[in-house]
Amino acid sequence: MSATAKQTRAWEAAAAVPDPEVPCVNVAELGILRWVRLEGGVAVAGVTPTYSGCPATLAIEMSIEAALREAGFDARIERVLSPAWTTDWITDEGREKLRAYGIAPPEQAAGSVRALFGEVSVTCPKCGSTDTEKLSEFGSTACKAHYRCRACAEPFDYFKCI
Amino acid sequence: MAVYNALLELADDHLVLGHRISEWCGHAPMLEEDLAMPNMALDLIGTSRTLYERAGQLEGKGQSEDDLAYLRGERDYRNCLLVERPNEDFAHTMLRQLYFAAFMHPYWVAAQQSSDEVVQGVAGKAQKEMAYHIRHAGEWVIRLGDGTEESAARMRDAVEALSIYVDELFDSSLAAQEAEAAGVLPSRADMRAEWDKTIAQVFDEALLAFPEVPFAQSGGREGLHDEGLGHMLAEMQSVYRAHPGARW
Repeated sequence: MSATAKQTRAWEAAAAVPDPEVPCVNVAELGILRWVRLEGGVAVAGVTPTYSGCPATLAIEMSIEAALREAGFDARIERVLSPAWTTDWITDEGREKLRAYGIAPPEQAAGSVRALFGEVSVTCPKCGSTDTEKLSEFGSTACKAHYRCRACAEPFDYFKCI
Repeated sequence: MAVYNALLELADDHLVLGHRISEWCGHAPMLEEDLAMPNMALDLIGTSRTLYERAGQLEGKGQSEDDLAYLRGERDYRNCLLVERPNEDFAHTMLRQLYFAAFMHPYWVAAQQSSDEVVQGVAGKAQKEMAYHIRHAGEWVIRLGDGTEESAARMRDAVEALSIYVDELFDSSLAAQEAEAAGVLPSRADMRAEWDKTIAQVFDEALLAFPEVPFAQSGGREGLHDEGLGHMLAEMQSVYRAHPGARW
């Protein structure tokens, strides 16, 4: 297999790993898999955590390492802290999958802190209405807030902009 | 060694406050806050982990994040006194959170220029998380300060009780001064103007006034703590000390 083909194979194996808490998207769509490099015979994957204390970080790293081994590589994970992950790295496809899964994708790039109490307008992933209200600043995981749609009355998770 | 000690101070601030607010888990007055508290604790503890790991690397004696968190007694902890204050009621808890986040937000923004790559990386993430903490805690301070007679009285008590610990946030220990001179960390005193602005904005809406501070209590950076920190660490460290070297 050519070096390029191997590289592609390693990337595809790592990229196919789903996020353990939001399994509708994979680590590439979420933007936390930064790169996969072949160093000698070893596939090295660069992974950026979503949140400082994201409890899924270790599980994600182990799953990516296992997927690379499954694909026939010796594997190693490198945790990449800088630049910090931002929701802007979620791919368009990833955002669409989140919406279809019932999670409203992040609306805009991380807001300025001066707009401390400014509310963003969040679109309901079920009916598309923007007549929604925030129920809880924190949701089922650290990366989500909890909202309710006033139009269709459906509660839903909103992937926070960070 | 100075940078090691300065990073420990910073890591201790985050771990101690993170552990304090995690004490609300299962006890918060409503489900939303029961989710919010552990989530904010995770942010803080996650930040402390990376800082401990970096401090251990720079020291070069093989100390892991677990060694630093679980095997130092309270006299070795270098956190500022504000973060170890007991939770008391929601007024105290949220004001403590606001005071700390209003300091850490501009601090992390400035630390993105750090000469240390790991500090830079932590700063990029943590400044966004701190903006969230300011918003969450700020909303509570406003709700309680401009709330019922009872909530407003509790909020005023919290302001009275916690304000003597504010000045210590802006004092740099000798270790911190060296780390600041080396470009690893920003100068704590530089955060005062931004802090004053954030607090004034929230207090204005919360109908609160920042009191005259009769004297500023300090000592945390020298390891002189209130009795409560020892109790907190005893609980936090008990499993690891019973099973040294345990991994999970």
